[in-house]
This record gives sequence, structure tokens and C-alpha cells, in this order.
Amino acid sequence: MSAQVTAEALREVALSRDEYDLAVRLLGREPNTVELGVLGAMWSEHCGYKNSRPLLGMFPSEGADVLQGPGENAGAVRLGGGLAAVFKVESHNHPSAIEPYQGAATGVGGIVRDIFTMGARPVALLNSLRFGPLDERESRTLLAGVVRGIGDYGNSLGIPTVGGEIGFSPSYRGNPLVNAMCVGVAPADGLVRGLTGESGNVLLLVGADTGRDGIHGATFASVEDPQESHKGVIQVGNPFMEKLLMEACLELRGSPHVVGMQDLGAAGLTSSSVECAGRTGSGIEMEVSQISRRETGMTPYEVMLSESQERMLLVVTPDGVDAVRRVFQKWDLHSDVIGTVTDDGLLRVRDGAEVVCELPIHLLTEDVPRYTREGRPSAELLARRDRDVTPLVEGVTLPVQEQLLELLASPNIGSKRWAWEQYDHTIQTSTALGPGAADAAVIRVRQTGEGLALTMDCNSRHCLLDPYAGGMGAVVEAARNLACVGARPLGLTNCLNFGNPEKPEIYWHLSECIRGMSDACSALGIPVVSGNVSLYNESEGQAVNPTPVVGMVGSMPDVTRAVGTGFTEGSAVYMVSAGPAPTLAASEWLAALAGIDAGQPASPDLKGEARLHQFLQDGIQEGWILSAHDVSEGGLAVALAECSISGNAGLVATLAPEARSVEYLFGEAPGVVIIGVQPDLTATVESMSTQADLAWHRLGTAGGQDLAVDGFFTVEVEQLQSAHSRALGVPVTRVNP
Amino acid sequence: MKVGVVTFPGSNGDMDCIHVLEQIPGCEPELIWHKSTDLLSADALVLPGGFAHGDYLRGGAIARFSPVMREVARFAGAGRPVLGICNGFQVLTEAGLLPGALHRNQHILFRCAWVHVRVESNASPWLAGAQSGQVLKVAVAHGQGNYYADQDTLRGMHAREQVALRYSDTAGRISADSNHNGSVLSIAGVTNEAGNVLGMMPHPERSADPLLGSADGRVVFESLVHSLIGVAS
Repeated sequence: MSAQVTAEALREVALSRDEYDLAVRLLGREPNTVELGVLGAMWSEHCGYKNSRPLLGMFPSEGADVLQGPGENAGAVRLGGGLAAVFKVESHNHPSAIEPYQGAATGVGGIVRDIFTMGARPVALLNSLRFGPLDERESRTLLAGVVRGIGDYGNSLGIPTVGGEIGFSPSYRGNPLVNAMCVGVAPADGLVRGLTGESGNVLLLVGADTGRDGIHGATFASVEDPQESHKGVIQVGNPFMEKLLMEACLELRGSPHVVGMQDLGAAGLTSSSVECAGRTGSGIEMEVSQISRRETGMTPYEVMLSESQERMLLVVTPDGVDAVRRVFQKWDLHSDVIGTVTDDGLLRVRDGAEVVCELPIHLLTEDVPRYTREGRPSAELLARRDRDVTPLVEGVTLPVQEQLLELLASPNIGSKRWAWEQYDHTIQTSTALGPGAADAAVIRVRQTGEGLALTMDCNSRHCLLDPYAGGMGAVVEAARNLACVGARPLGLTNCLNFGNPEKPEIYWHLSECIRGMSDACSALGIPVVSGNVSLYNESEGQAVNPTPVVGMVGSMPDVTRAVGTGFTEGSAVYMVSAGPAPTLAASEWLAALAGIDAGQPASPDLKGEARLHQFLQDGIQEGWILSAHDVSEGGLAVALAECSISGNAGLVATLAPEARSVEYLFGEAPGVVIIGVQPDLTATVESMSTQADLAWHRLGTAGGQDLAVDGFFTVEVEQLQSAHSRALGVPVTRVNP
Repeated sequence: MKVGVVTFPGSNGDMDCIHVLEQIPGCEPELIWHKSTDLLSADALVLPGGFAHGDYLRGGAIARFSPVMREVARFAGAGRPVLGICNGFQVLTEAGLLPGALHRNQHILFRCAWVHVRVESNASPWLAGAQSGQVLKVAVAHGQGNYYADQDTLRGMHAREQVALRYSDTAGRISADSNHNGSVLSIAGVTNEAGNVLGMMPHPERSADPLLGSADGRVVFESLVHSLIGVAS
């Protein structure tokens, strides 16, 4: 029935023949070229979530503190003092693979727009980055460009970049992950939504002119191999323009004339207008000739699908257009009246007298095909998971002290200072615990003195080998990190980075990770309020490790109570745990020293985790816990070293008899923390841990110049610091621009 | 006492300055938009950090053409206190109100960190409350803070005590190790000949609260209040 459309035309918009046939059937006719482009964008994985939406329904998204759940530009949870925290994470993986500087910069730009679109003042940025091995030139070039792009854009906007993570693994070769998270604060009753309101309301397009950049970005984000697909579609960022847009939009917050706001991201004007109309149930009519262009000769197709950055769509009441435009004029921004809201449920685009596109909104939002696929692990993967790692462990003959120093100097564990010093993390004068200081970043809510704790986490090796345990692990680790600064989780956002979901093994990873995350969220009572899905992360047929990055926001009533990881001189140091015994299977130690990702990672004990987190939150708020650090990659030995490095204080530690093994020193298990306690309150801590049914062991007293673990090693803190600080080396030379 | 915070469209430290000034007894801060030529009868002016007009060309290169700058120059010329922080320092050098220039950091990269500076001269009203030789822990965050002036200019500046702040270690020793951006003579802050205009790359407003890591920067704002009220009474 679709004889007229060529395979080439379908490939260009990344639709299958079946999908095209479905669209024709629903529409009752063949779409024209502009309509086909619009359809391809809206039915892409990136906009339409056709592979992931059935799975995303597993996430619990409700809670007493949720002000906005999934489906808007960002999620929102309630803070004290009539305020809301608004947050979301988004990927910019494929653009960053091609042009790391601009790809990362525009990734930051996009997520920041999502936040101020909601009427929130952005107060913090975080990022989660993954690259191929650091000793490869391409990885270093990508790292250098991405870090610089993130820094230049965020720094320019005056939003502190306070935390995040950087990891390296061969699976990210050619397809790095660049996930950016932004957090904003808004009046709880003043959130702005992406709605159109009544028919007759006016559409205002504001900000940068529209150019040919980024056409098909959304569709190309939904196919494999960035090197091949993304050439020529990279957007270029202009943070100064974004700063003007941000200030102008925030000045308009609370204006009675503004009905809705929506930023232009993937699929540009097409998705932003369709999403607003879809949420409201209205129609929209636009006149493309009214849109200011950066280039001459642009077709309606190009205008509708351009992904030029730093643009916003506002829906304004007819009597308020002049007042709203005056605010943009103050900020030297021009605004175009480009259309109106209608009640016919259609997206109608005119180019002068000619109607170039007329499609039902419903077709673009609700009729997107949904695929529930069959997932199954490969035999090879199961064999890797079930492999006995004992012979591998026995093959590592390096002295224990050298093992520790090697891990500390390894790119995944070592200091990321080189990167985070390029990010302005002190602007807005509210960063209480910035990068490197604590398990989560802590910022002060200026209006109330409340502390906001923020973290991003994912162990993709665990997700690869056991996606259900890995998915749970990402959530519990994030919650544990918040608890380690004294905060209670309020909500979660995520970025699901996976390969091609049409492959059964990838689909299995995706669905199992989501199931694990959902179960952990339910057990810990943490709602998922926003998120992003990035599939088709593959390069030369090789998928990235499954990487469901969790971004979590928590709070504590009094920011001054927050604690960092560093040992304080004289504190009593304890190991407190609520989970399984540590294992070297699927550990960072095994990867770094034996060169292999294999074995079955330990699964968290969700009930135990909840008790552990409560214990930490109470102890920190009440002031008897002076420092806390979660044991993760590198195990107990690395965690102790990190506490020493950060606090500039040593420790002579005595291990429990059953813990005197390499497995205990470097093995990983969820649910273990190292705390430093007021020395005169040790009895309190011990009885509190026992009451909470947590296992505890007193390691020793912090202080001195050496970190010593009896029978295993004695190393000067200075030597630990020196190993840790050289992990990234100087990865870059010169990068553009 | 009114302190005007001059805000360019790309300023991003303006609200931080307002916030800290609100905490200083005697200060009433107010924003002054860059298109304005009315200084709102301010007693002192602060040019905050940021990227005034995007600054893709060079920090502060376009800001000097903003309408407010003619008034800022007149105000400075009358001997009244003006402080430029980070981008504000860049703007003041571009506008010719302070000697020298700020190059890209020697190591090329933007750098946000805690550093120490030694007070070289407390002749400026902005540093009158500090002791000469005192070491302050302050935040820096810039990509273009590598101070440069030629030898003749530097000689004159030394003679007139215009070098106000130099990067040092915690004990006040000055060496290449503590010179974090490659500035000539480790210079972190300078004044004009009369001393009423101070430009500094570190951020005193971000270093004025123990929660954030240091309160040493408060001395800059407290000195101003002390100097002006002292002068007035």
C-alpha cells in the first residue's frame, strides 16, 4: 500500500516499512515529505520511547512529596519552606562521540532549559561520564573535550557543577556516555508546565534564530553507530544566549500571561509544540514563514526539524503578548509570534497560503507503536557470570600494598580533580560539600538553610553481569551516598543508556535493570519523577555496558550538619554493614588487576539497606557521626584510603578475624560504610547499630601519618594521596575551540 | 550606605555579591543594570564575576561599551570606591581603569579551586581592615586570570603600592607552586594609582561563610564599610 515511499526516504527518518504502513492506515492517506519527517521524529525512540515505555511503567512514580512526576520537562519534589526541587538527567552521547566539546556543551544547555522551563532557578549541575580506556588517545581526546564543553557552558551560566562520576571501560570505545543532570529550586505553587491552555492562545518562539543544525538529531539518536549516523547534525552551543533566555524566562515566572513553556530540544519545534498540545489535548497551528532564520532558503521541513539550540516555545494569552515580549526585549532577545492554539486536535503547519503539514496530534503522541520484545541473555554472558573467579584471584601475586596503590592510581578509582577543577563549583555561594569532599554533593537552599544532597551513580559492570542486582545496586548506592552525608532521598531521575533493544540480550538487560531499579525504589520508598532513555549506544556492532545511571536528590533539615568522607583526627572508626559478604567476583579489583569482568556480583539486602540509611541519617543529624563513606569499587581497603586521603589523617586498623583476607580487603558488597564517630560516644553508636540490626566492627582511631591494616600493609597517607592524584595524569593537550 | 552591583547580561556573580553585602552591617546593596546611566546614588560600586557579554572574544572586551561604564569611569575618577571581581577585574582593565591585562591561564584550563593570597598593601579602602602580610583563603574560578603588565608599568605600580594581592601558600610564601594561573609576580589583585579602584581575580563574596570553606573574604566588604563610614564621620 505504500508504493510511493522509497526505502531511502524511510531510512532517512528511521521508520520501518511496518511502522510506515501503520501510520498510513491510521492517517487514511500517505504523508507528504514534511509530515513524514515529523512522524519519523515523533515516532523515534528518542521522542516516542517505543521500546522503553512499556518497561518504564514499572517505576513507582508516586509519593507524598512528589509535585510533578514523569511526563513533563522535569520532575519535582517538595522541599521545606514552600519550595520545590526540580530535576532531571539527560544524555548527549551520540553528539559527544562526534564532537565532544559541542556535544557535551549542548547537553548541558538542553538539561538546563528543561529546568528553567519549569520555572525553577537552576542551582546545581552534575554529570555522569563514561569513556573507553584512558590509555587510548581517542578516549583522552573525548574526555578532554567533554570536560571542557561541560565546564565552559555551565560556568558561563553561573550554575555550579558540584558532582558526578567518570568511568572508563572498553565497552564505551567509540560511544562515550555523557549524561548531564540539573537541579533547580522553584516555589512549589509556581511550577510552569508545557501546556497550551485554551484555543486562541499565542505561540511565541524565543531565543536563537533557527538554522540547519541538528536536523534529524532525534532520529539519529535512535540508530546505531554515532560515527556513521551523526555527521553533519551536530548542534553548536551559545551559553550567553542561554543565559539571557534563562534570566528572561525566570523573570516571567509568575506572570499571569504565561500559560506554558517548553524548551526546544530533540526534534526542535516539532516535538515541543506537539508535546504541549498532546498534554493539553488541543491542536496547534503554526506559520513557518514567521520564524526567524539563521540561513536563507530553508524549507518548512528543515525549519520544523531543526535542532538549533537555545530556543524556547512560550504559550501566552492573547492580551499578554506585548507584556511578555517586552521582557525578552530587555534581555536583547527577539521573539516571533509563530502560531496559535486551536481546538481541532491537529498539528497544522502553514507556509504562507500553503498547508505543508496537517497531522492529528494523537497520531504523534499516543499512536506511537509500542514494542514489547523478547529478552534473553546470551550463553556467553551467562558463562561469564557463572565463572569461578578463584583461579583468577590466585593469579594476582602483587603484594597487597602494591595492589592498593595500583587501584588508587587507576582511572576508575583515582582522583577526578583534573576534571572537576574545570567546573565552577563555588558559584551561587551555597556549595557546602563540593566535588571530592563527600559521597554526595551538598548545597544549601539559600532561602531556608535546608541542605540538598545530590548524587549520580551506576556500576555498569554489575549491570552487565547481573542486570537485576545491578539495577537495584544503582538505586541503593545512590540512596546510601545520600545517607552518608546525612540526607533522606526525596526522588530519583535516571538515564537509561543501553545498546540496540532489538537485540534480545540488550532488551533483557534493559528490562532486568528497570525491574531491579523499580524493586529497590519501592523497597526504599523513592519515587522516580523524571528520566531519559538513550538506546542504540553501539559502535562497530559492540554495545556499551548497560548503564542505567541514577540521579538522586535528597534533603536534610540543617545543611550545617552534613558530613564528608574524610577522617577527623581522634574519631573512632567503625565499619557498619547490612548486607552480604564482600566478593571479588565482578569487582573493580578483578578488572584492574586480573583484567576481566566476570563473576556474580553480590545482591543488596533491601531491608538491611533501609535500616543502615536510617542509622546514618540519625547519627549525622544528631551529630555523633563525624564522617561517613560508603564502601564501593575497590572495597574496604580503597574506602579506608579515600577517608585518609580526604581527611589527611591516618588510621591503624584491626580487622575482625573473619575479615583477614584479600577478599574482604578488596571485595565489593552493597551495604557497607565506614564511619568516624565522636570518641566519647562509642557506646551510643554500638548500641544504636545493634538496635538497628546492623553488623559493626571497631577498626581503630583516626590520626597519624600512616594508614595501616594489621598484617597487610602500612602506607603513608601522603603516598596514598600521591597515587590517587595521578590517576588521570594530564590527559589532554589542546582541544578545540 | 548604598553599594551598587553593576550587572551585565552575562554577569553571574551579581546575586552572590548582593547576598554577601546583605550580611555586612551597614551595607544596602542594589543592582544597577548595564544599560542604565543612573548609579542610584551609590556610595560604592562592585562589578561582579561572570561573562559580561558572553566574552567569546576576550573577558570584558565588550562590556566597556555598555552605557553604565561611562558613569563608572566618572565615579572612579572622583576617587570613589570601585571593586572589580574576576570578570569585573577584566572589565576594569579593558576600560583602562586599572593597569595591565588578564591573559588566559598559563595551563590553558579554567580552574576552580581554593587558593591563598597575601595582602601586599592595605592602602585601598577595600583592604583597609586587613593587615599587610595577612594571608587570606579565597575561592578562584576563572579561565582568564593570568595577570600581565610590562616591566615599566610594574615598577610604577610597586612604587605606588598598587599591587594589592599576590598568590601565596598558607604561610604567605610566594613561589611558582602557589602561582596557580601564571600571573606575573603572582599578582592576584591590583589597584589604580589612587587606590580607590581594586580589581581581584579571587572571589571574596564566595569566601565569606565558614560553611563554604572560608570567611576570609569578608574583610573586603567590612573594610569598605569601615573606610566609608570613617570618611563620612
